[in-house]
Amino acid sequence: MIAAITDPWWFQTTLRVVGGLAAVLLVAGTLVYLHLFKMVSFMQSRLGPMEAGPFGSLQLLAEVGKFIQKEDIFPRKADRFVFAAAPFVVLMSTFLLVVVVPGGPDAWFVDSEIGIYLGMAVSSVSVIGILMAGWGSASKYSLLGGLRATGQLIAYELPLILAVLGVVIQAETMNMQGIVLAQAEGEIFGWGAIGNPYILTQGVAFLVFLVAMQAELTQTPFDMPIAESELVTGYMTEYSGMRFLLFFIGEFATAGVFSAIAAVLFLGGWYIPGIDPTAGIMNVLGPIVLISKVVVLTFIVFWVRFTFPRFREDQLQKLAWKVLIPIALANIVVTGVLKVVF
Amino acid sequence: MTAISDRDQLSYIAAQAADARVNVELETEGMTLNIGPQHPATHGTLRIVAKLDGEQVIAADPVMGYMHRGYEKLTEVRTYPQVTTLINRIDWVGSFANEVPFILAAEKLMEVEAPPRAQWIRTILFEMSRIANIALFLGDMGLQVGAVTPAFFAFRDREHVLNQIEAVTGGRFHPNFDRIGGLKDDLPAGWITETKRAMKKMRNFCDEIEGLLQGNEIFEARTRGIGVIPADIGLGYGLSGANIRASGVDWDTRRDNPCGLVHNELDWKVWTHVDGDSFARFWVRLQEVRESTKMVDQLLDGLPSGPVMAKVPRIIKVPAGEAYVETENPLGVMGYYIVSKGDLVPYRVKIRSASFNNISITPWLLKGVYVPDIITILGSLYFILGDIDR
Repeated sequence: MIAAITDPWWFQTTLRVVGGLAAVLLVAGTLVYLHLFKMVSFMQSRLGPMEAGPFGSLQLLAEVGKFIQKEDIFPRKADRFVFAAAPFVVLMSTFLLVVVVPGGPDAWFVDSEIGIYLGMAVSSVSVIGILMAGWGSASKYSLLGGLRATGQLIAYELPLILAVLGVVIQAETMNMQGIVLAQAEGEIFGWGAIGNPYILTQGVAFLVFLVAMQAELTQTPFDMPIAESELVTGYMTEYSGMRFLLFFIGEFATAGVFSAIAAVLFLGGWYIPGIDPTAGIMNVLGPIVLISKVVVLTFIVFWVRFTFPRFREDQLQKLAWKVLIPIALANIVVTGVLKVVF
Repeated sequence: MTAISDRDQLSYIAAQAADARVNVELETEGMTLNIGPQHPATHGTLRIVAKLDGEQVIAADPVMGYMHRGYEKLTEVRTYPQVTTLINRIDWVGSFANEVPFILAAEKLMEVEAPPRAQWIRTILFEMSRIANIALFLGDMGLQVGAVTPAFFAFRDREHVLNQIEAVTGGRFHPNFDRIGGLKDDLPAGWITETKRAMKKMRNFCDEIEGLLQGNEIFEARTRGIGVIPADIGLGYGLSGANIRASGVDWDTRRDNPCGLVHNELDWKVWTHVDGDSFARFWVRLQEVRESTKMVDQLLDGLPSGPVMAKVPRIIKVPAGEAYVETENPLGVMGYYIVSKGDLVPYRVKIRSASFNNISITPWLLKGVYVPDIITILGSLYFILGDIDR
């Protein structure tokens, strides 16, 4: 992830690709093990996987091995190209999203001036993938799931972006690195010992962001597109083997990446209070700090997921348009006014 | 019945209008969604053919019979004691309750009466199978609206009751314990204290489910006002059990027509709800589990001593005649109409199972609802496929 300017271009590229794969897949694997296998099992008074590796920690590898061996089934009437490409489009948006997340002063993939703008834009690409999956499967359940997903993701994109706007106004930059530094150098009424993580000043935006994130990830209570008791598994119904695995990994990887963005925007990202944010050691400590925050945020996501029932489609749209968007807009107005006053 | 045809006609007009509107304005046509027979929500093989306009149901038809096992015919070639083995597979989560009305009907024909202790133990096991059955519903209802965790709690706590049933009968699911003239065995030693402990755990489970689901805003939004059954319509379709009590009809066979079971010697209450929606059905069942645990406690306290088997001939021949007995089973009223010609085997057995009638209201009930509500309504009607198809 460390991309020093003096290295040749091919070395930088390789480093970034490997780093990106690690940042997406390792984090996704950790989240699957920690949350899906263990945390949820303890919630539901069971142990979860215990056989593969110590405390079942290698269970995911076994699962991957199983899925790779499975037959890749295409429904007879499926639109073969669209059907085959859909999981890759969904996963692609996750990889595009991770490039804007900084892990340390020099540990970044792309130090773009419009980082968060880019991130919000590419996160919508997954909608196309899901619609492709829903349409290409030639199944009514998949189609219903795909359509529900499209309506939901577009609706919740708005509160997500509006929540981010409050942070952008306060940090005066759309650069993700700049947002972290603004928090690291910030002061709370003149007291700068822990910087100023924006969860303190943008608490409302943080809550809106978390709810909208839950919906963007199509996790319960917003899992209408998957709704396993109604639509079997929605747009994933017809997928098997490797392609199902891609959807599965994509789900957790996206949860990880969205949580990373939330951590950068609201929890201070990679900086540690008391350590100079330009110090070289931060390139090692930074990613660790960031991943810890990701684990905490995804814990909330999956805690909610396995506790709550799900909304109906119309109730879910009502929540987005009538509750979250007005709150987010009010937050922007208040932030803007306070920014001018102070 | 006029209310049904009025509503039918109105919804038919609405459907025609919707079809016309969709076809003219958007040049699209409605979609027929085939829910089942293999579908995660139908826990069994029920098939619902739903005609959709977008996500709204225009017409829904339940198709039954995918699990038909011909029990009514099979009973005609089984001796009376053998029949219980078959019929406790009708409603497979509350098995013991299936045996009781059949045995009671046979006893009625033979004019024998089980000794008091047998009647009390019968009532205990009858109520325990209700608890085991409805506990599953309480977890499943969460699953239908998308909450996964209550289902695991239900399976965990139902085990306490199943263990106690197994300790008496030797079978967790298919006890096959009821005999004409009494019961196979007496209770094992120490069973009473263990069962009281299990009942306490089930009351805790009810509190837990109440905390997880009943007060949850999303759960209420998904169930309140959804699938409302007015009392007269429900009675017209022959609904029974908690489904009709949730519509405000104060009718419980255990209290109103107790034949052979000792519910009337206990202090308990029939719970009803005025709303008639999915939430009411959930709520009434939750209260019923609580009431049943209290009933079991009272039964255990007042258990009379004596034999558990009356004097019956070794080879059971039921005298010629006809008898019908119905009891308030976990799913609703279940009855057996036995016609005997004085043989070793019944001449004809008609099984009146609750779920068959409960599910027959779905074409009326599902009109105009959204696809997600199909699942919550079906979940709240609570049917067991074996109980529909027999």
